[in-house]
Amino acid sequence: MAPRTLAEKVWERHVVHRAEGEPDLLYVDLHLVHEVTSPQAFDGLRLAGRTVRRPDLTVATMDHNVPTAPGPEDPVSRRQMEALERNCDEFGIRLFPTGSIGQGIVHVIGPQMGLTQPGLFIVCGDSHTSTHGAFGALAIGIGTSEVEHVLATQTLSQARPGTMAVTVDGDLPLGVSAKDVILAIIATIGTAGGVGHVIEYRGSAIRSLSMEGRMTICNMSIEAGARAGMVAPDDTTFAYVQGRPSAPSGAQWEEALEDWRSLPTDEGAVFDREVTIDGGSLRPHVSWGTNPGHTVTIDDVVPEPADETAERALAYMGLRPGTPIREIRPDTVFIGSCTNSRIEDLREAAGILEGRTVRPGLRAMVVPGSMLVKRQAEEEGLDRIFTAAGFEWRDAGCSMCLGMNPDQLAPGERCASTSNRNFEGRQGKGGRTHLVSPAVAAATAVAGSFATPQDIGV
Amino acid sequence: MRPFTTHTGRGLPLDRADVDTDQIVPAEHLKRIERTGFGPFLFAEWRKDPDFVLNRPEHEGATILLAGPNFGSGSSREHAVWALEDAGFRALISPAFADIFRTNCVKIGLLPVELPAGSVRALLDAVVADPTAEITVDLESQLVSGGGVRESFEIDPYTRWRLLEGVDDIGLTLRHAEAIEAFERGRPMRLPSVARA
Ligand code: SF4
Repeated sequence: MAPRTLAEKVWERHVVHRAEGEPDLLYVDLHLVHEVTSPQAFDGLRLAGRTVRRPDLTVATMDHNVPTAPGPEDPVSRRQMEALERNCDEFGIRLFPTGSIGQGIVHVIGPQMGLTQPGLFIVCGDSHTSTHGAFGALAIGIGTSEVEHVLATQTLSQARPGTMAVTVDGDLPLGVSAKDVILAIIATIGTAGGVGHVIEYRGSAIRSLSMEGRMTICNMSIEAGARAGMVAPDDTTFAYVQGRPSAPSGAQWEEALEDWRSLPTDEGAVFDREVTIDGGSLRPHVSWGTNPGHTVTIDDVVPEPADETAERALAYMGLRPGTPIREIRPDTVFIGSCTNSRIEDLREAAGILEGRTVRPGLRAMVVPGSMLVKRQAEEEGLDRIFTAAGFEWRDAGCSMCLGMNPDQLAPGERCASTSNRNFEGRQGKGGRTHLVSPAVAAATAVAGSFATPQDIGV
Repeated sequence: MRPFTTHTGRGLPLDRADVDTDQIVPAEHLKRIERTGFGPFLFAEWRKDPDFVLNRPEHEGATILLAGPNFGSGSSREHAVWALEDAGFRALISPAFADIFRTNCVKIGLLPVELPAGSVRALLDAVVADPTAEITVDLESQLVSGGGVRESFEIDPYTRWRLLEGVDDIGLTLRHAEAIEAFERGRPMRLPSVARA
């Protein structure tokens, strides 16, 4: 057989129906559901008198709307969460609602339960489904019509994507994290650089990352426009999956391992596009504009606008070209979101904050990606480090990643955020987002202006 | 799904690149659990500027959105295409669309047309010069004409057929029910199940 890429292998094993001139019909191994993109899909099922074909391959949680601290409830958000509860009840779907220990951001709970495994085809009505590709799964974000289609048929029809290799070699310098790698990749290939393609992240810098780091990278594939992002499974992957509640065990574990070891891209397989990045020369990145391609390194200055979009972005962000990034002073620091809210992200930030305090006048919050991450962090004492430093310690949810719940920026407020999107108004109307790594976020909280851990003497 | 064969209407010149779905419908308006009623939230923030194209009387009733490249990037929210549909749009013309957004469009019968940047520029200029200029998007012949532009566009034949017929995707897939069952019988036991989670 001709050498194949990881993406091609995973794709091929899910083809249910293939015909000339039609997209392939693929079987979905795992369907993740949340409250925002599902109510109309369930309505569609009811209207047509259809059922959910595989409730056992479907799991739901609440994340986008949930408040992460006690306070007055938004009745409209409540209504959306109640609709999910009713729908899961009616169609027999397992739900992790607010208040349950299994609740969390949809892309954090899948891996945490061991449901996310190599070789699977995973979908969710959410563009950051690409996160799960870190396990060597093919994971794509879909719209609500497709959510309905998957609920009814457990399949999805998909045109074959192109394949793209992004190779990052070299040793990442001190202070450079997975977040900086993906921001650098997006800066290199552009926000539409991956359109129509599945990106496979390769190279020694990727191999040396933990699963959390790989998830951060795959998570933001969509910010490069890609259909999905993947990393070939290896011993790091297997060690992460083993022993989790939904992981195979005993003889099935051995069988799974043998299968997973056959997934990585074959020697000699050809990608439609290839990009190489020197990991050894990367620096921490900070975004200055209103799309994730608008980034520079922390050592740079705000650039001269190259086009009208950039001019608009500078005006929106209230920034002047030539301003050193290190002189920009955020009002808020947010550590959280499906990009950077896992235990390793929290450990990294806490390591920097230990024995230090947040600059007076600055608001800082940390929002674990799931209630289990929260519990684990508390067991490790991270919560005490955060609160002693002056951070708010919240319950799990999407929180300030998007302006859909009580955690929002005020107009004009500037935020150093570990989330993934710096679009206008993303974190609240008129809010100004700077995307950074957890390490830079923590150091910035202490310094009061953008800083690396080294800048504050870590 | 509403079929699309051909449509003639006026264009709305949204001369911006990288318009993301957070701009098309901001997150705070995603809380509706109904499929309809998103039109009033279309470009909700930009619309607060009285000079924004959507507020300009000369463009009222436009049904074809003309925009810069990488339109619809970001979130997978289908609410973005529902809002465009609800606000009366039938077709979108841009040099390039984001993947999930394009799929969402064709699932509901809103036609995304990719034209070379030069032709989109010509259409934008034509519509700004004469807001009453009519544009025809003909899916059968794969041709956009009007405003001094006459340009054919590419669309994969399967999507074109689905749109022309207005087919129900789920119904279409269920014709393969036997293949789905056969596939399920062949799935290894070790694959994860939420029931065991
Ligand atoms: S954390 Fe942000 S990007 Fe991730 S699923 Fe929630 S809203 Fe989307």
